[in-house]
Amino acid sequence: MDVLSQLQRQLADFLASLYREGFVDDQFTQLQKLQDESSPDFVMEVVSLFFEDCEKLVNNMAKVLEQQVVDFKQVDSHVHQLKGSSSSIGAARIRNVCIAFKTFCEGQNREGCLRCLQQVNHEHAQLKANLQSLFTLERQIVAAGGSVPAMQ
Amino acid sequence: MESCNCIEPQWPAEELLMKYQYISDFFIALAYFSIPLELIYFVKKSAVFPYRWVLVQFGAFIVLCGATHLISLWTFSMHSRTVAVVMTTAKVLTAAVSCATALMLVHIIPDLLSVKTRELFLKNKAAELDREMGLIRTQEETGRHVRMLTHEIRSTLDRHTILKTTLVELGRTLALEECALWMPTRTGLELQLSYTLRQQNPVGYTVPIQLPVINQVFSSNHALKISPNSPVARLRPLSGKYMPGEVVAVRVPLLHLSNFQINDWPELSTRRYALMVLMLPSDSARQWHVHELELVEVVADQETELTPEQRLMVETILKSSNLLATLINDVLDLSKLEDGSLRLDLGSFNLHTVFREVLNLIKPITSVKKLPITLNLAPDLPVYAIGDEKRLMQTILNVVGNAVKFSKEGSISITAFVAKSESLRDSRAPDFFPVLSDNHFYLRVQVKDAGQGINPQDIPKLFTKFVHNQTLATRNSSGSGLGLAICKRFVNLMEGHFWIESEGLGKGCMAIFIVKLGIPEKTSESKNPFLPKANHGQTAFPGLKVLVLDENGVSRMATKGLLVQLGCDVTTVSSRDECLHVVSQDHKVVCIDVCMPDGFEAAARLHEKFTKNHERPLIVALTGNTDKVTKENCMRIGIDGVILKPFSVDKMRSVLSDLLEHRVLFEAM
Repeated sequence: MDVLSQLQRQLADFLASLYREGFVDDQFTQLQKLQDESSPDFVMEVVSLFFEDCEKLVNNMAKVLEQQVVDFKQVDSHVHQLKGSSSSIGAARIRNVCIAFKTFCEGQNREGCLRCLQQVNHEHAQLKANLQSLFTLERQIVAAGGSVPAMQ
Repeated sequence: MESCNCIEPQWPAEELLMKYQYISDFFIALAYFSIPLELIYFVKKSAVFPYRWVLVQFGAFIVLCGATHLISLWTFSMHSRTVAVVMTTAKVLTAAVSCATALMLVHIIPDLLSVKTRELFLKNKAAELDREMGLIRTQEETGRHVRMLTHEIRSTLDRHTILKTTLVELGRTLALEECALWMPTRTGLELQLSYTLRQQNPVGYTVPIQLPVINQVFSSNHALKISPNSPVARLRPLSGKYMPGEVVAVRVPLLHLSNFQINDWPELSTRRYALMVLMLPSDSARQWHVHELELVEVVADQETELTPEQRLMVETILKSSNLLATLINDVLDLSKLEDGSLRLDLGSFNLHTVFREVLNLIKPITSVKKLPITLNLAPDLPVYAIGDEKRLMQTILNVVGNAVKFSKEGSISITAFVAKSESLRDSRAPDFFPVLSDNHFYLRVQVKDAGQGINPQDIPKLFTKFVHNQTLATRNSSGSGLGLAICKRFVNLMEGHFWIESEGLGKGCMAIFIVKLGIPEKTSESKNPFLPKANHGQTAFPGLKVLVLDENGVSRMATKGLLVQLGCDVTTVSSRDECLHVVSQDHKVVCIDVCMPDGFEAAARLHEKFTKNHERPLIVALTGNTDKVTKENCMRIGIDGVILKPFSVDKMRSVLSDLLEHRVLFEAM
């Protein structure tokens, strides 16, 4: 029991820190609310899908930006997609980078775009690591016989 | 000869010269003798040589020359008179023949030269004929292609298939580099690139419709050559080395498919055109040929506006095919009923409206037949109920329709009331055990007519599939005999009972059915008394069929999860075409992400597809923008509700309940 409450407190703190540092926002909470007994892995599925999507988009954008003549329209459409996906799951930081990225695309600023792309990569890696720790904690709680506390 | 004492050189000078002359003469003779031999040999080999006597003459000339040179070999040293005589003879003869040959050549050489000219002339003619034959063959093939293309175009009424086929086939026939179609947008102010041959997904390029080049093309029904640099022709990124091929544009008149019913689209009166642009391969010297242009004009003109008679015919065809489709659906329903896979489409609806609509539908026929028809709804009949509205209406309509069909005179009355316990039990149905409960009631409907009536013994057969009642005038029966069987099944599904009473032929008959309907619970908000008890979000809309259209996989999944949480039955699609393909009347709500390029188009197409308001699913737009343009577009396209992304469960729930309520209120009027 002690282990369980400890784990639960750890989870709550970790999640709060993620919110504080802006990795995730309210939309992520909404997503968590959708998870229940009928779809226990809902959040993990959506998040994995997002990461796959993000990687694909980043690769595509890198290819386009490497060319001699950059097709900014294409980059813009990819950024738009990424922005949409990140807002849907509440990945706040990535979404913010996307907003800046879009401005650079419209200004046809290749250097700016490349910098943003790097930032996206960086945020992506960080968020992935954080969420994986989150899921591991959740799994430990469930294994210890408890239930994941519903977030407010 | 006395020899002198001076030293003589080995080869005295004249002797050397003489020696050389000797040798040369010998070789000349040799050559001169061998030339005729060669000539004879090769002429014998060749098939045609018209001037044989020339050969003889020339041979003689050569031989004599040779002989002369040969004989001169003997004249270097002292020779006798015979040799001199022979030499002279030979020389004389040679002179004669040479002159003769020279004179003859004057005639021969022009002839020979003219042969060459004639040969060249014939070669040119042959080449020209070859070219002409090639052209004729191409024309014939193109004619064949046009016939096939026309056949293919006319085999489908789907505009998109027609246009796509047109592009593909034209591209193939004329070996085009690129073929594109620009369709007018909803506003009519711009042309949007809708289809291209080579590119898979044309991003929505638009050009304003008022460009001079577009006006020029639209004002004539010919295919006109346009500059490859004009905006409608710049479909591919031009790199420096390409010399673009010639470009031709032609107008394609558009058929107003939605012209059959009064619609609130304002552009009905103006003739609308699409622009088809065709490009020849670049870097080739190919030019547009006149017959190719004619072909393009013919093909583009396939979709012409209909004359009023044609429109009437098309309308009739549409209506009868609709009817046919309904009939087929009936049979399909029945087979679903048979194997128990049909499920009722439960929802809340206005019961009074159902009866009134049935009455409205049947009124025209009853007034023609001069049969008074009355509807009596009991005062305690609930206004709203929960059940399968469509099938209940179908049942009532079928029963009333039968009453009208088999009555030549007399009045028809429809009565509906809530069945209490006495009227529930019927001795004819021993296995019908109605169970009364708080949230259900039994609706009893009686349709009485004074028509032909039925022999009581025939009553059980009425509900058999495909069986017509033989005693009735068969000339009247145009149905397939399925109606009553299906209705009985529906009633059974609604946990009810259906029977017919008749006192005999000529004494009219009464059809009665009882069905179980749910009572919508009254909540504290009197505004929506027909929604079931809201369980604070969990299953607010049980079984509500929703279709979600979103290109973004992550958003799609999030939206689906949210709707599933509300208890909906969610289907997801990722493209506009898929959406139109999958959507059906069962879907009550369609959520579309209007930030994707096809979003508004999809909504517009949905409007086109479902022309009656009560069949159309509610359209909810999901958008990240709240700017005026988006709002205006939504209102114009006819979107029922808008939700701002990112959205929460509560937000979605409130929007859906507002929408569903709004629709029901609308029908109550």
